[in-house]
Amino acid sequence: MSDAVLAVSGLTVTIGTRRGPARAVAGVDWSVQAGQTLALVGESGSGKSMSVLAATGLAPRAARVTGSVRLLGSDFTALPADRRRRMRGRHVGFVFQDPMTSLNPVLSVGRQVAEAGEEHLGLTRRAARTRAIELLDLVGIPSAAQRVDAYPHQFSGGMRQRVVIAMALACEPDLLIADEPTTALDVTTQAQIVELVADLQQRLGTAVVWITHDLGVVAGIADTVAVMYAGRIVEQGPVEAVFDRPGHPYTSALLAARPEPGAGGGDLVTIAGAPPSPHDLPAGCAFWPRCPVRGDARCEHELPPLVPVAGAHHVRTFYPQRPDGEGR
Amino acid sequence: MSAPTVSPSEGQLRRAASALRHDPLALTGAAVLVLLVVVGVAGPWLAPSGINDVDVDRMLQAPSWAHPFGTDELGRDVLSRVMVAARVSLQVGAVSVGIALLAGVTLGLFAGYYRGWVDNLLMRCMDVLFAFPVLLLAVAIVAVLGPGLLTAMIAIGVVYTPIFARVTRAGVLSVREQVFVRAAVSIGASDLRIMRRHVLPNIAAPLIVQTSLSLAFAILSEAALSFLGLGVQPPAPAWGRMLYDGRGFVTDAWWLGVFPGAAIFCTVLAFNLVGDALRDVLDPRQLTVNEARRSTG
Amino acid sequence: MARFVIRRLLQSCVVLLGVTLVVFLLLQLVPGDPVRVALGTRFDPQTYEALRARAGLDQPLVVQYFDYLRRALTGDLGVSFRSGRPVTAIVLERLPATLSLAVTAVLFALVIALPLGIVSAMRSGSFVDHAARVFSQFGVSVPDFWMGIMGILLFAGVLGWLPPSGYVALTEDPARWASHVALPAATVGLVTASILTRFIRSSMLEVLSEDYVRTAEAKGLRTRVVVLRHVLRNALIPVVTVVAVQLASLLGGVIVIEVLFAWPGIGRLTFDAVQARDYPVLQGAVLLVAALFLLVNLLVDILYARLDPRITVK
Repeated sequence: MSDAVLAVSGLTVTIGTRRGPARAVAGVDWSVQAGQTLALVGESGSGKSMSVLAATGLAPRAARVTGSVRLLGSDFTALPADRRRRMRGRHVGFVFQDPMTSLNPVLSVGRQVAEAGEEHLGLTRRAARTRAIELLDLVGIPSAAQRVDAYPHQFSGGMRQRVVIAMALACEPDLLIADEPTTALDVTTQAQIVELVADLQQRLGTAVVWITHDLGVVAGIADTVAVMYAGRIVEQGPVEAVFDRPGHPYTSALLAARPEPGAGGGDLVTIAGAPPSPHDLPAGCAFWPRCPVRGDARCEHELPPLVPVAGAHHVRTFYPQRPDGEGR
Repeated sequence: MSAPTVSPSEGQLRRAASALRHDPLALTGAAVLVLLVVVGVAGPWLAPSGINDVDVDRMLQAPSWAHPFGTDELGRDVLSRVMVAARVSLQVGAVSVGIALLAGVTLGLFAGYYRGWVDNLLMRCMDVLFAFPVLLLAVAIVAVLGPGLLTAMIAIGVVYTPIFARVTRAGVLSVREQVFVRAAVSIGASDLRIMRRHVLPNIAAPLIVQTSLSLAFAILSEAALSFLGLGVQPPAPAWGRMLYDGRGFVTDAWWLGVFPGAAIFCTVLAFNLVGDALRDVLDPRQLTVNEARRSTG
Repeated sequence: MARFVIRRLLQSCVVLLGVTLVVFLLLQLVPGDPVRVALGTRFDPQTYEALRARAGLDQPLVVQYFDYLRRALTGDLGVSFRSGRPVTAIVLERLPATLSLAVTAVLFALVIALPLGIVSAMRSGSFVDHAARVFSQFGVSVPDFWMGIMGILLFAGVLGWLPPSGYVALTEDPARWASHVALPAATVGLVTASILTRFIRSSMLEVLSEDYVRTAEAKGLRTRVVVLRHVLRNALIPVVTVVAVQLASLLGGVIVIEVLFAWPGIGRLTFDAVQARDYPVLQGAVLLVAALFLLVNLLVDILYARLDPRITVK
């Protein structure tokens, strides 16, 4: 995996809180290649966002990050803070969850799209503005030349998310990190944003890390999937393999809990119980208390290793679901 | 009464008490306040000499063992006067904040509970009072009523009424829509009963915070009024007045400027420390209205 | 925007009307006959009748109020019981002294509070943060006139650098004005600075936790740019209001400080009027100050709407 745009291994994030240290991410390995999309899937609190923020140097001040991060071939964690800053925005673009709060309310959208170009590409203010109009046009803002001076509150949620995407793409980054970019949007808009990102990815050849709890989105866009639970990866591999032959009971449950498109208001299957507290992770398999399989005492006391089931498809369990597709 | 008399503030108060026990600053503030109350009550008996023992032979003496805070231009013992004056400050602070609390809470309750034109009328009146700088209004009121202890207390009470009215009204508006209040309304409890039993206990937290901070500001205002000769009248001692009388001698007799002022500062600081600690526990998001409106005058 | 301004203007007018009523009623609160009280030992029947008639005190109360209002609208606030001069002129000639003191004090406060508030928020928990908290707690607890006395003691007494009190007009001799304004302005400014420091700190902390600040960091902007362009702009919008309210209340005359430093501004005028029981002057000063206060608040709200694009549209 020498051509990985971003590769993390053994990434651990511990956050100092009032109730003591909380291990948000506990030794995670994943990577994403140029032009490919990696989907990080899990419930909120599973550490999916935190692993990406930590890998790119955006973790909160109280977080302690260990492990190795290679971004475009360089050891990112060993770089001085200023070099790391200059890679963000230039080589890595970010799209965050809530477009209502991730834009500065008192700056025009044009300014906010333009500033990365001014910072990293040395564009003049005027050139950056022209570039901002191009970018707004690229992400499908109608009459971008007029809207460039408008303020965020004058846009709808979906249009704001397009602005955020334009911002993220301002320097044509090698990697786009999309942290639940559709969660705060309504269903129609969600589909448009997913389509937009997929389209831009094809045109620009960008690698994408797409963080989501919605497996429905994953199927359409991802090349590889990593399913996270309580700070660890429980299953990862090519998207078809994971979807067709899920090896971990948690993945199976997530797939079963997915609302069928077009099925309307059918019964949603839910997973009973709640994930463990990051302050107090169990010694064994973190999913064990909620697990429908419940192999034996080993599951409770011993951490299952991440083992290959077929090719690049890995599962962290002592009792993989049978690979003939029984999990579906 | 079938509606549950939920009163979250009870639990809050217990938490506040335990939090204060572990906050060294708040403890110091509380200790200073206890000392002040003791001095305020027993000052005349504790003071080493009479407050009006004029003695021209020992005018403007620097601090010594006999007179730890020195003597003033009439030879009176400054320590004794500072101790006796504590009572005036605490009394004005307590009574004026009591007036503001009583009037403000009543107005705020009615405005928030009945809303509509009552609310509009009352709050516009409060806006009018808010349009005057704090000390200026107090000075004007005392000026027309005539200077003295009672008028100073009334003036300061009037000046701080709008703050309590606003805090109360905001609290009532949010409590009013909660289930247990609506339940009480639905079973036909009288308005007064609902206000007393359900609304008031639930807005106690912000009011307690406001009260302790207002005590600090009221004592500052009293000091300013008495500095201007509008507070308690001589020969009774007041900290502000002592500073005014001593201001002409201060370059020769620093103790006349230092000690009465230090007494005001320590008192106000103690109330502020306790008030801030209470706010952190009870009402962390409360806007610091009165900080922005502290009487600079 | 226009509708917003008009609505705020109307609101201010209603409050101002209430203010005139309060100011008018002040005179009615004087126990006994205010003119007789004011004249005291200088009493003579002719002056007494003239002043009473001029103040309209022989009319019914309602007539008196509307009369007062009508004349106030044309800038006539009556005549001084003492000098017989028009109150409006007396009050206005005191304005420059108060204005120069208030503006200097607020500038002084900003010079201290801006860096202190910003740094203590950016380095929350650091030494500067703790120092800022001690400073602001000190400032809100210390009586300003005591600090003034201590200032006189140190800078005029011990060091002899500055005059202990007095006033020279800025237009007359800027250097001497500066040496006279330094102590009172620093005294008032320190108290104001402590209030502002607290406010700036908490406003900064609030903005620092906003999502759009993380967005700006994710763009790889320099810390300086993130702070100046994204944090400060948003954090200072509410600060503008507090600064203006502070300025407005200082314009109301820092009575005690003006008395202490013999500074002939509105505050000193109020004090003298109280001493002399010159009620029309007291009323005039209070009314002017309240009107100024309302005007500043109105201007701030409009400025606020200009600074925050979200309000303009509503």
